[in-house]
Amino acid sequence: MELTGAEIVCESLLKEGADVVFGLPGGAVLPLYGALSSYPGIRHILVRHEQAAAMAADGYARATGKVGVCIATSGPGATNLVTGIASAQMDSVAMVAITGQVPRPSIGTDAFQETDVTGVTLPITKHNMLVMDVKDVAQAIHDAFHIARTGRPGPVLVDIPRDVLLGEKTEFIWPTETKLPGYKIPGAAPEDQVAAAAELINKAERPIIMSGHGVLISHAYGLMTEIAEKAQIPVITTLLGISSIPSDHELNLGMSGMHGMAYNNLAIDESDLIIGLGMRFDDRVTGRISAFAPNAKFIHVDIDASEVDKNIQTTVGMVGDLKAVLGQLLPKIEANQHIDWLRRIMELKAQHPSHLVRESDELLPQFVLQRLTEITQGRGIVVTGVGMHQMWAAQHCKFTEPNTFITSGGLGTMGFEVPAALGAQVGRPDTTVWSVAGDGGFQMTMCDIATAVESHADIKFAILNNNSLGLVHQLQELFFDKDYVASEYSANPDFVKIAEAYGIRGIRVTKKEEVADAVRQAMETAGPVIVDFIVKEDEGLYPFIPSGQSVKEMLEEPAP
Amino acid sequence: MVQTKTTELHTLIALVEDKPGVLTRVASMFRRRGFNIVSLAVGNSEQPGLSRMTFVVDGDDYTVGQVAKQLDKLIDVIEVSDITNERILARELALIKVKTTQVTRGEIIQIVNLFRANIIDVSGESMVIEITGEEDKINALNDLLAPFGIIEMLRSGLVAMVRGKTNGLANGNADGNAGGQVNGKGHS
Repeated sequence: MELTGAEIVCESLLKEGADVVFGLPGGAVLPLYGALSSYPGIRHILVRHEQAAAMAADGYARATGKVGVCIATSGPGATNLVTGIASAQMDSVAMVAITGQVPRPSIGTDAFQETDVTGVTLPITKHNMLVMDVKDVAQAIHDAFHIARTGRPGPVLVDIPRDVLLGEKTEFIWPTETKLPGYKIPGAAPEDQVAAAAELINKAERPIIMSGHGVLISHAYGLMTEIAEKAQIPVITTLLGISSIPSDHELNLGMSGMHGMAYNNLAIDESDLIIGLGMRFDDRVTGRISAFAPNAKFIHVDIDASEVDKNIQTTVGMVGDLKAVLGQLLPKIEANQHIDWLRRIMELKAQHPSHLVRESDELLPQFVLQRLTEITQGRGIVVTGVGMHQMWAAQHCKFTEPNTFITSGGLGTMGFEVPAALGAQVGRPDTTVWSVAGDGGFQMTMCDIATAVESHADIKFAILNNNSLGLVHQLQELFFDKDYVASEYSANPDFVKIAEAYGIRGIRVTKKEEVADAVRQAMETAGPVIVDFIVKEDEGLYPFIPSGQSVKEMLEEPAP
Repeated sequence: MVQTKTTELHTLIALVEDKPGVLTRVASMFRRRGFNIVSLAVGNSEQPGLSRMTFVVDGDDYTVGQVAKQLDKLIDVIEVSDITNERILARELALIKVKTTQVTRGEIIQIVNLFRANIIDVSGESMVIEITGEEDKINALNDLLAPFGIIEMLRSGLVAMVRGKTNGLANGNADGNAGGQVNGKGHS
């Protein structure tokens, strides 16, 4: 049977297993919506702003391991996706964005709602395409999903003119293979490199594994933990590597880097071998690169060849799929104890206890998260925005299962917490999602609470409300002579009333004693709940390695 | 960044899909990552549907290694190779429009003949010279013609291929996802 382009998009989505899409219609993409109503197997979630569609697709992808799909119309619809797409690109998230485009004869004429969206998104997508013939639609969607989910995942945008969606019909033929002669997916690593890596690991006295997002993406967490246990190698996670090893695992030291645990940064400084797995030695992890791990050799495994030897010079750099490479490596790793090294790290931890929350009568944001994670027992999913609350969540929240900490790392996208939590909860409907928010970022995307309500999503929004752009405020305190320009709010809304306006429960917490009860009440209430934690306004974020500096310049929490 | 050594000119070749936007993707990558293109030449290859690019890039080994990897990462780029240290044939075409007078015309013709270049247009007061060759040869002719007054000069950018029976690329064909791995230690 012959189908329209729009129907072919829907058939292709079903073939790819995309049963949920996030979007917002408009003129150019409307033919696709016209077809969607005939495909009940595809659940469409109507967002209030297209940026939420992209970020929800991101959260959905990270929580499920599937490809997240978002849909927008041409022009402003498509440009509103941009921040969410850029986030997904930086954090290697599998996403397919489908945008409507003005009809083919109008392309290039500055037509109403025309934007060159493949041009706009060229540097922020893994790949993009403009489909100019209905006969190419199926292949385009097929290839888009393949590119998005394989290798180093990333966003792929497919731009389809209105008259390709709704014009000439053609036979729907689902492609059996990709048409991508230039696309390579690394698998295993060369055996000589694996042997060289194993030798370095077996000889190392003070090794550290740095576990990144790639460990989660390639489902290599089991193998990674096995290697760590066999050779007793401590594991430090990057921000996006959190939840790749359970928080209570005795070898898990937590996060390092700019706001990582002080003892981790100090341990890296003393280490003789850094084993970087599925991470990219980004500047927030390394600080000043020349001073990073000065005593260490480096093993680096990544699926993206361009990441290896980009920021640090490796002794052994392997390009491959982590699960395959760690599988090659495991039998070559000798059992080891590293008693002195682990003891030394415990010593550093005792001397620099940045994982502890100090006693205080005030409502500290760290305390809120500590209580929250105690009550949830590290179960469920935590999604954060960007800023102090994000770093405190990374420092203090506990995780038991992989892919349960979802945050915007590379791009640092404020406002991510609301839509990404929606996407995660829709993707994992049996799981409670805590959206840990700042009052700044929350206001960037809170219009999509409505979408959470409509979707009956079990999301608990925990706003760590310091009535300011807290991290900016602290940077101004430390580096701009306390010139607090444009970082304090004078008229934040009443978030409890906001909750009420959306027909959901809102709880305000101002005292320490109220925290546990509020968390429990939120969890006992079905559907979205907003808990507005009025926290100590000028609480500083520590440890803090100032941008471009090294562990030597690390600021630890001042004595009270 | 990894260590920086002295910069030098590298010649890279790439096989790319002949699709709309490929040149934009390549140029955009160079721009956003701050790489320096000295010249870029694009044209058809021996394989239908595939184009061949030749890049001359200014940078140290680390930077050029990154250029090759970032090029290879583009979906439409099938293969990339840094052929700087191979035995290569490299040619550039230049058109030079030079001022002439009755007095200088003879001397200019002599120089052109010496370089085995061609005169492709003559008018009362100017002459257009076509020269093909390696960069040094073109520079030398240009230097000799400069005193007569160069009105206009354009160069095509270098095109290059490896000598011998192979085509200079690791696989030499476009047969899908199997090969063409860049192994993290650069490219050959």
